[in-house]
Amino acid sequence: MWLPVAVFLAVCILIILIRLFLGPTQPDRLVGLDTLNTVVVVAMVILGAAFKEVIYVDVAIVYALLSFVTTLFIAKYIEKGKF
Amino acid sequence: MILNVITYIFIGIGCFFNLMAAIGLHRFPDPYTRLHAGTKCTTFGSILLIGALVIQSISTWVAEGISSPQSILTLHALIALVAILLTNPTSAHAIGRAAHRSGVKPARAVVDDLETENQKSKVKSQ
Repeated sequence: MWLPVAVFLAVCILIILIRLFLGPTQPDRLVGLDTLNTVVVVAMVILGAAFKEVIYVDVAIVYALLSFVTTLFIAKYIEKGKF
Repeated sequence: MILNVITYIFIGIGCFFNLMAAIGLHRFPDPYTRLHAGTKCTTFGSILLIGALVIQSISTWVAEGISSPQSILTLHALIALVAILLTNPTSAHAIGRAAHRSGVKPARAVVDDLETENQKSKVKSQ
């Protein structure tokens, strides 16, 4: 029941990756990265439900918080031009 | 039975919104409208997908109690959903502010209301 959903989310991740590589400006790539992170977190939760492993969901929580910090730092870098 | 039907409906809507986010990133012209597609749609889609997981495991809650492995997985999925709900709008706001201050103009924009604000903050930082 849950494995086809995970495969579908993987297809969405591939479509978003195209924007991440093509993006003409820096903020375009950052928007692509932010969207990618959210979809990856949801895909991890769905995979945890598919294989009945709680540890996948725990990894998803940590990934969500770390990717938030990463996005904030890259946004600050784009804004000022330096850290 | 009814829970299964509701679960499938939630999964369908959630997958649709995630696909719309992926397509909207390619259809919109500038970073601000792409933020609109990429942030809101994925937030709503993740709410519905994790909500489907919660609804599916309600029957196991009733049968096996709160401490079964399925219930623990659902509670952790809810914590992951809270993390997404807290961090996604915040990072979208930071990206929008950074894009505007780095000088990216909205596509086909006629009036930019934040133009003077932008110059003022530049003067203040120098």
